[in-house]
Amino acid sequence: MRLREPRVRARLAALVLGALVLLALFGPAASPYSYRALDWRHLAVPPGFIAQHWLGTDALGRDLYVRTLSGLRLSLLIGVLATGVSVLIGVAWGAGAGWVGGRVDAGMMRVVDVLYALPYLFIVLILAALFGRGNIAVLLVAIGAVGWLTLARVVRAQTLSLKRQPFMEAARAGGLSDLQMLRRHVLPNLAGTVVVYATLMVPQMIVYESFLSFLGLGVEPPRASLGSLINAGARQMLSAPWLLLVPAVVLIVLLLAFNVLGDALRDVLDPHQR
Amino acid sequence: MSSIPTSAEAMGAAHEAPALLALHALSVHFAGVPVVDAVSLAVRAGECLGVVGESGAGKSLTFLAALGLAPSAAAVSGRARFGATELIGCTERALDALRGRHIGLVFQDPMGALTPHLRIGAQLTEPILRHTGCSRRAARARALELLEQVRLAAPARCLQQYPHELSGGMRQRVLLAIALSCDPQLLILDEPTTALDVTIQAQILALLAHIKRERRLGLVLVTHDFAALAGLADRVAVMRAGRVIETGSAAQVFHAPRERYTRELLQAAREPAVPGGAPAARGAGAPVLAVEDLTVRYRQRGARRRRGEIVALQAVTVAIAPGESLAVVGESGCGKSTLTRAALRLVGAAHGRIAWLGREVGAWPERRLRALRRDLQLIFQDPLSSLDPRLSVERLVGEPLEIHHGELDAQARATRVAAMLERVGLDPALATRRPHELSGGQCQRVGIARAMILAPRLLVCDEPLSALDVRAQRQIGALLEALRREQGMSVLWVSHDLGAVRRGCERVLVLYQGAMAELAPSEALFSRPLHPYTRALLAAVPVADPDVQPGRLAQVRLTDGEPPPAGGCAFRTRCPQATARCTEQRPPWIEAGAGRWVACHHFERGADGMLRG
Amino acid sequence: MLGYALRRIAGIVPVLLILLTVSFFVIRLAPGGPFAAARALSARTRAELRQRYGLDRPLAVQYAAYLRALAHGDLGRSYSLRDEPVAGLIGAGLPVSAELGAAALALGALSGIALGMAAVLRRGGVIDRALAPLAAVTLALPSFVIGPLLALIVGVWLRWLPVAGWQPDTPRDLVLPAITLALPLIASIARLTRASLLEVLNASYIRTARARGLGRARVLWRHALRPALVPVVSYLGPAATYLVTGSLVVESVFELPGTGRYLVMGAIDRDYTLVMGMVLVYGTLTLLANLGADLLHAWLDPRVRHEAP
Repeated sequence: MRLREPRVRARLAALVLGALVLLALFGPAASPYSYRALDWRHLAVPPGFIAQHWLGTDALGRDLYVRTLSGLRLSLLIGVLATGVSVLIGVAWGAGAGWVGGRVDAGMMRVVDVLYALPYLFIVLILAALFGRGNIAVLLVAIGAVGWLTLARVVRAQTLSLKRQPFMEAARAGGLSDLQMLRRHVLPNLAGTVVVYATLMVPQMIVYESFLSFLGLGVEPPRASLGSLINAGARQMLSAPWLLLVPAVVLIVLLLAFNVLGDALRDVLDPHQR
Repeated sequence: MSSIPTSAEAMGAAHEAPALLALHALSVHFAGVPVVDAVSLAVRAGECLGVVGESGAGKSLTFLAALGLAPSAAAVSGRARFGATELIGCTERALDALRGRHIGLVFQDPMGALTPHLRIGAQLTEPILRHTGCSRRAARARALELLEQVRLAAPARCLQQYPHELSGGMRQRVLLAIALSCDPQLLILDEPTTALDVTIQAQILALLAHIKRERRLGLVLVTHDFAALAGLADRVAVMRAGRVIETGSAAQVFHAPRERYTRELLQAAREPAVPGGAPAARGAGAPVLAVEDLTVRYRQRGARRRRGEIVALQAVTVAIAPGESLAVVGESGCGKSTLTRAALRLVGAAHGRIAWLGREVGAWPERRLRALRRDLQLIFQDPLSSLDPRLSVERLVGEPLEIHHGELDAQARATRVAAMLERVGLDPALATRRPHELSGGQCQRVGIARAMILAPRLLVCDEPLSALDVRAQRQIGALLEALRREQGMSVLWVSHDLGAVRRGCERVLVLYQGAMAELAPSEALFSRPLHPYTRALLAAVPVADPDVQPGRLAQVRLTDGEPPPAGGCAFRTRCPQATARCTEQRPPWIEAGAGRWVACHHFERGADGMLRG
Repeated sequence: MLGYALRRIAGIVPVLLILLTVSFFVIRLAPGGPFAAARALSARTRAELRQRYGLDRPLAVQYAAYLRALAHGDLGRSYSLRDEPVAGLIGAGLPVSAELGAAALALGALSGIALGMAAVLRRGGVIDRALAPLAAVTLALPSFVIGPLLALIVGVWLRWLPVAGWQPDTPRDLVLPAITLALPLIASIARLTRASLLEVLNASYIRTARARGLGRARVLWRHALRPALVPVVSYLGPAATYLVTGSLVVESVFELPGTGRYLVMGAIDRDYTLVMGMVLVYGTLTLLANLGADLLHAWLDPRVRHEAP
C-alpha cells in the first residue's frame, strides 16, 4: 500500500472513521452494562475478560468500554454539529464580505481580525462557565462560534480571488445575474475548500469540547465525554493507568483519522495549495 | 574594466577563437522521458548564438542543465565544456566559482527574478564581493557604474530601492547589470524581452547590441521570437521537441532556411497573425458600440502619503460601426483593457456616455443590460483562466444558451453546441473534457465558441493571441478573421503589438497612459504616423531580417524617461520633440485629415512618415 | 517601519477597551452572582457584602468606577480569595505562566524551524520522511492528552523528571510542562517551514541567486530563509492564542502556580474582579503577540510596509 498517495490515505482514514462511527453507534449495545451502571463487585478492574468488562472499570465499577464509546458518540455528535454551525456562519460571512467587497468587506473583516486577535477560547470558557455547565446546547453554540473565523477568512480570500478570475468577468459579460454567478460559478468553486476545512474543523471542535470537559465545564457526570474521561483518568493514572490510556487512545485515533482525511482531501482537491 | 575591442576585431576573433562553451550530445530526461535530446552547440568569444523554438522545445532547459541549474528531478547526461572545465558532473562549489564570475545569466520573468526583501544595491554588490574580493566601497562604486552602463535613469536612487518599486524594464536592466557585474566571458539570456512592452523590448535589445559591441563576450540568446534575434545573433540554432533541427549563420537561417519548421517560425515572425481580408459588408445604422468622454478613475489605496486618484482612462471618444474592425493599441497600463471593460459596463467607476446598438446604456442598471449583453461578446487574453475550471467544454459552450435562450431544450442546445464546436475546429471528443485538459489553443477555441454561439453583433478580442505559441496564434487569428467575415460582425481588437493588427483592422486607436494619442485608418497610420508615440511604437516592432534590424536598433534610445508629473502631455519625457509647450498644455484632440485624429502639439512636423520599417 | 509600528500599537488600545467592556457586562448579566452560590450566608450579610464591593449600584456607575480605577492601575480585590488584590495575584502567578509560555514558544519556534529546514536540506532523508506522519500524530494529541501521557511515561514509569509541582529556581520542573506545550507548536512550525521553504526554493529569484554563484549556504540563509519564514510568522498569532489556552491545561495537569487557574475559578465563583483581571492580562498578551507577528512580517517583507495597515 502506498501511503504517499493522497487517495490511498483518504480512503484509509475514511475507513477508520467509518469503523469509529459504527462503534460509537452500536458498540455500547454489545455490552451488558450501561454507562451509568455501578458494579460494586468489580471496582477498578484492569482490561481483561473479567465479567465482560472488556476494557476494565473505574473506581465506581462503571464499565470503561461502554463509557468510552458513549463518550466517543457524544464527542462526534458535538464535533459534527458545532462544525455545522461554524461552516454556516463562516461561509455566509466570508462569501458575503468577499462578494460585496469595498467598505462592507473591510468592515466585516475588521470584525474577524479583532475577534481573531482575542483569546477567543477564553471568552468561550467564561461563557461556558457562566451559562452552561453541563448544558450541551450552550456548549455547542459556544464552540461553534469559535471555528467560523478561520473559515470566513479562507472563504473570503477564495471568493475574492474567484471574483478576479477572468471567467467571472466572462460570466458577467455573458449576461449572468449576481445570483446566477454565485450559484453557477462561485459556490461550486468554493465547495472543495469548504469540505476540506470542515473535515479539519471537526477534530478541532472535538478538542474544544474535550478541553472544556477536561476543565470540568463540559458534560456533567454521570454522562461522559472523551475529555471528562481523560480528566478523570489523569487523576488516577498512578493506580489505574488504563483509565487514562483507553479514552486517550480512542481520542488520538479519532483526531488522527480526521486530520489525515482532511489533509489528504486537500491534496486531492487542490494540489496547488499548501 | 577591460579594454574595449572594436567591433571589427571582435568579429574577426569570433572565427578563430576556440569555443567558450561547447555542448556535446547533452540530454535531459525527466522520469525517463527525454526533454532535451542530444543537443550539440558551441559559442565562441565575441559571438552571439541565437537559440529559437516554441515553448517546450527544451531550449531554456538545455542551458540550465549545462550550468547545473536544472530542477533536481532532471537526469542530465552528455558533455558541456566551458573553456577547459567539464561542467556536467562538476561539483556545486566548482560551478559556483564559474557562475556569476565567468558566466552571467539572465532569465525570463524579470518580475520574479530578484529577491523581494533585499535592496537592489545589496543584490548587485553580492556577486562582486564574493567573486572579486574587493572592498565594500569599491563594490558599491562598481555597482553604480554598472547601473549607468545599463542606462538606468536614476542609478544612485535605484541602489536603495526594493525590487517591487521598479518597473519590469528597470528590473531587467538590473538583472543585466548583475549578470555583467564580474565581467563574464559568456552571457546567457533566456527570453530577456518576452515579458516586456514593445518599446522597452526594443531598448533592451538595443542595449544588448551595444554591450555586445563594447565587450568581447560570448552571448547566448534564447527566444521564441525570430525577430528578437535578427539584429543580434551571428549564428542561429532552431530547436524543436528537445532537438536542434537546424543550425547555421544568421544570414543563412534567415534567408535560406532548410527546414520547413524554420520557415514556419520565420513566417510567423514576419507576417501578422491576423490575416488581412476584405472588410466585412458594412451594415448601415447606429454604431454597435460608442463611447464619448469616457473617463475611469480609481481611488488609490495605499499608505497615506501615496493615496490619491489614478486616472486609468481620460476622456476617450470612439465609435465602432456595424461590420467595422477597430484596433486599440498601447503598452501595459495604457488603459486599453480598461476602455473595453468600461465600454462593456464591467467596471463601475466610469463616467461619460456609453451607447450599445444605438441605445444610451450608461445609466442603466445591470438588470436591464443583461439581455443586451448577448450582442456584445468578449474573448480573453488568458484562455485557461477565462473558463470555469469545473465545467466541461460542452457545458461551457452551452452556458450562454441556457442564460439567453431558455426556450431551447437540452437536445436543441446540444445540437447547437456540437455545431459550434465543429465550426471552431474542436474535435467533438473533447466535449466532455475540462479546460485544464486542453492546450492553450484549444482553450481559446472554447472561448471563441462560447462568444460566437450567441451570434453577437460585436466581438471584443482582448489580446486573444498573446498567451499562445506562434503557430497557434496564426491558427486562432485565421479562425477569428474567417468568423468575422462570415458573420459580418464588428470586432474590437485590443493589442499591445501594432504589428499584429496591421492587416486585420480597418482603423487603429493608439492609447498612451490612459489618453488617446492617435486615431487613424490602418493604412494611413502605418504609412504616415503622426504622433511621436506611434512612431516610437512602430520603430520598436522588431523585424525578422538581419539586414534591416541592426539599423532599426541603432535608432532606439537606450534610456527610458521617467513618467512625468501630471499636466501637459504625458509622453513629453520620452518625446524627442518635446518643448516647453508640452509641459504646460495638454495637447488637444484635433482632426488631422480625413478620419485622422491626433493629440500632439507638433503633429505637422512629424508628417514626413519615413520611419516605416 | 517605525510609523507602521506606531500605527499598529495605537490600534491595540480600542480593541482592548472593547474586550474589557464586553466582558464587564457579560459576566454581570450571567445568571447568579458573587456570594449567591454555595455558602449559606444570611440575606443581610449578603447585602452588606454586595454594598461593600459596590455591586448594589447601577451597572453604568460600576463600569465608570471600574474604568477610573483601571486608569490608576487598580485592578480591585478578589471576592473569593480572601480579599487579595487582583494585581497581587497576577504579580505572583504571571512570572510562572510567562516563563512557561516563553520556554514553549522558544522551543517550538527554534526546533520547528530547524526540523523543517533539515527536512528540506536532506530531501528524502530520515527527517523528511518522518516529518509528515510524526506531525500528523502530534497534532492529533491535544495538550490535555500529551500532558498526562508524558507525565505517566517519563515521570511515573521512567522516573526521569518530576511529574508535578513547582519550586522556584528549579528549571527541571519546567521541562515536562514546556515540552507538553511546545510539541504541537514544533509539529505545526516544522510542517509550515518545510512547505514554504520548498516553495521558495522553487522561486525564480533563487535560481537567479544560484546563477550568480553565491554558494548554497548563502542562497539559503540570505535569499531563501526570510521569505520562507513569512507563513511561520503569520502562524505566531494563532500560536499565541494556542499557548494561552494550552497553558491553562498544562498548569492544571502539572499543578503549576500560574495564573491560568484563576480564570476558571473566577468564572465559576462569579469573582468579577478576578475574571476582569485575567481578561486584561490574557487579552493584552494575545494582542501583543499578534502585533509582534505583524511587525515581524513587515520586517520580513518590505512590500507589507508600503501598504496601509
